[in-house]
Amino acid sequence: MTIMTTPVLEARDVTMRFGGLTAVRSVDFTVNAGEIVGLIGPNGAGKTTFFNCLTGLYIPTEGTVSYKGTVLPPKPHLVTQAGIARTFQNIRLFANMTVLENVLVGRHTRTKEGLWSALLRGPGFKKAEKASEERAMELLEFIGLAAKRDHLARNLPYGEQRKLEIARALASDPGLLLLDEPTAGMNPQETRATEELVFAIRDMGVAVLVIEHDMRFIFNLCDRVAVLVQGEKLVEGTSEVVQADERVIAAYLGEPFEGDPGAAEAAEVAAAEAGAEAQSTTSTKGEAQ
Amino acid sequence: MTDITKTTPATRGLIPLPEAAARGLLLGGGIATAASAFLAWTWTSEFPGDLTINGYPGGLQWLTFTAGLLTTLFALALYGVRGLGWLLPARNNAPLALAALGGLGTTWFTVIAIANNLGGVVNLEPGGWIAAIASLLPVLGAFALPQEGVGKDSTKESLKAYITKPDAIPAPQPLTPWLERAVITLATILGLAVFTYGIDTEYGELFIGYLFVVVFFTWALHTAGIMDRFSRLVAHNRSFTLAMGFLAAIAFPFTQTDDHYANIGVNILIFGTVALGLNIVVGLAGLLDLGYVAFLGVGAYTAALVSGSEFSTFSGVQFPFWASALTGAAASLIFGVLIGAPTLRLRGDYLAIVTLGFGEIFRIAVNNMDGDSGPDITNGPNGIPAIPDLNFFGFNMGQAHDIGGFTLGRFANYYLLMVLIMAIVVLVYTRAADSRIGRSWIAIREDETAATAMGINGFRVKLIAFALGASLAGLAGTVSAHVTYSVVPTPYQFAGSTPPNSAFLLAAVVLGGMGTVAGPILGAALLYLLPEKLVFLQDKSLLAFGIALILLMRFRPEGIIANRRNQLEFHETGQLDVPEQTTLTDEPATVTKAGA
Repeated sequence: MTIMTTPVLEARDVTMRFGGLTAVRSVDFTVNAGEIVGLIGPNGAGKTTFFNCLTGLYIPTEGTVSYKGTVLPPKPHLVTQAGIARTFQNIRLFANMTVLENVLVGRHTRTKEGLWSALLRGPGFKKAEKASEERAMELLEFIGLAAKRDHLARNLPYGEQRKLEIARALASDPGLLLLDEPTAGMNPQETRATEELVFAIRDMGVAVLVIEHDMRFIFNLCDRVAVLVQGEKLVEGTSEVVQADERVIAAYLGEPFEGDPGAAEAAEVAAAEAGAEAQSTTSTKGEAQ
Repeated sequence: MTDITKTTPATRGLIPLPEAAARGLLLGGGIATAASAFLAWTWTSEFPGDLTINGYPGGLQWLTFTAGLLTTLFALALYGVRGLGWLLPARNNAPLALAALGGLGTTWFTVIAIANNLGGVVNLEPGGWIAAIASLLPVLGAFALPQEGVGKDSTKESLKAYITKPDAIPAPQPLTPWLERAVITLATILGLAVFTYGIDTEYGELFIGYLFVVVFFTWALHTAGIMDRFSRLVAHNRSFTLAMGFLAAIAFPFTQTDDHYANIGVNILIFGTVALGLNIVVGLAGLLDLGYVAFLGVGAYTAALVSGSEFSTFSGVQFPFWASALTGAAASLIFGVLIGAPTLRLRGDYLAIVTLGFGEIFRIAVNNMDGDSGPDITNGPNGIPAIPDLNFFGFNMGQAHDIGGFTLGRFANYYLLMVLIMAIVVLVYTRAADSRIGRSWIAIREDETAATAMGINGFRVKLIAFALGASLAGLAGTVSAHVTYSVVPTPYQFAGSTPPNSAFLLAAVVLGGMGTVAGPILGAALLYLLPEKLVFLQDKSLLAFGIALILLMRFRPEGIIANRRNQLEFHETGQLDVPEQTTLTDEPATVTKAGA
């Protein structure tokens, strides 16, 4: 393991409440430069809420998020401008824009030509447009979509739409890339390719934070994994540590862990009553793991 | 339609006739239709256009003649006559069927209108009957042509198959650059001629017949794939086409002898310019603005106040035109920002309702600023009359001038000024759309959350779109104040029976095609001409437009002129990941567009 000292992202004591519901409860979280960090947890554990707190879509009820030492303002476009780019759990490309245009939109924060320069079309405007396009084409080549630059985003196959979303996020030259379930709905080959892609992004010097359900993907990929259960950070550490942790297994399997009073008996009664039905459920759970 | 069996041994026609006979009917019928226009159709010249003369067509007969001639051309192309192959690149039936239907529509409309206007079929001369029968022949012929799917599908499906554009149209041979330009030039001249004819139609019947011919033959050319080819040519020669369009617009008043038609022209241009401004707000940034006409009003009132009119509150002030245009645009811009800043935090329907409210606020405020219920600025419902004509270096816009043998009347002068303003607006629109700011507008329209996550300050770019659209409308308003001599509050309402009002402006943008340059202008021309020409529709025009819009949204949701984004058809056929929406829509050709 390389020694990582400079933190890129620091979330301190982040709490997010929706009315009476606490979706995220005082989470401390750090991503260091050059790291790939995974964030896992069962459905409804608050992963995406936490993500949205990081990117400014939600204003955390308590706590602060800082990027390279400066506290981030809770406005998505300012977060992106600061250097954090993200993708979405459900692909949110600009469906009726071409592949190239999607990436060019990602360049928005790194260019500053306004309406007047667009109307007057001075040499500065042309230069900036050309530079943006060159950078966008570089990124499209990087993810392997250069040949489809003029296709509409909605006409791309699913896997390529995921890749394009990553390219669009990279276009803002981020220091940290947040990927929200990048392999959702992908087949094993595509997942492998995404893994390679994330490594390549890390090698470009961009730290990566991944939310994912695919455990194999996460444990192959990440230097560090944090587990979020019911809004709280349960455990954080290397893949081996997390994989070995009983509480993580319990949280994923929904089985009572040690010290949970009465749960064992309740489970026994239920098992006795439901018989074969209960057996089939446990077996599916086993498969899920 | 999803059936992909390729070679059915014997495709047959809907009407059981041998193919040779079907082709013969098409050709013979086309010639007969054209020839029948030379007969007398009625005995009295009471029906407008004088259709009583044997040996020379008049009025609506010219349209039948044109339709017959075009059907004949298509039929000859079907026979494979040399030099006409470009008319039918895919050798499909749809153009033939639609051309024949266009001829049938015009002719039967004329015959029925004669019988209806004059009180009975007894007023028809034999020529009228001959024309009616002759125009039916090519239709019979077209539907007797062998068509895939006939016999297997229901009759309704088969009928649809006859007028559907095929998926694959063979790619054209590349033309040399000068030939491409020649084609565009010819098309511009043809377009100007067709447009001028439409504006110059003197009575409603002629305009309806004209619409029949234009709609069916444009549709026929579309299904033949010629429209696609032409838009490809335009894409290659964008600036040349723009220049040609500009020239054609300038040429228009020189083709007119009556200043009344130049008046129609200038009103269409004002309406079109404002629609183009609205297109920035609605088409690019996706903000539904139902109070847009207020910005036109702000521009018009500002120009009227500084025009030097003695009824203006500042009657001593008379700005030169450039200054009053800039003042009008600036006032609209300020008004746009004032309205936009609080409202643009809302999305979708809420924004629409609030803008509707602000639009009405403008009209009511102007109505009340008469010194009684408010400060005396706008003279209330009386408005500001007697706005003087513009004067450029001694060139009085209010008087007729002779230029090179052509007489340019007052409206022709304003028309030419408006062409200049329209050119500026087109330039602003195209340049803004194709830039960082234009992309961010489209991104906001597509998905606001994703756009802000990409670093776009949504509020800021929306406000810029709103302000830019407002100032363009204000600019058009300054001219409109001078054209109409006076400004009053009534036209600047949400919905009314005559353009411009917010509902008509929005209808022009949606009808013509959102996000395009030509679309809103075409939509504005249509929406202005229809109530102008069809006098009998005047009190029912809103109903008619409602029906027209519903039909359009059902059959061509992208508008008459589709946006490039909606039009791009890529080679994704057979790609499994593309959502299979094909079965849901009727026309395979528009599937990708309809998904917009």
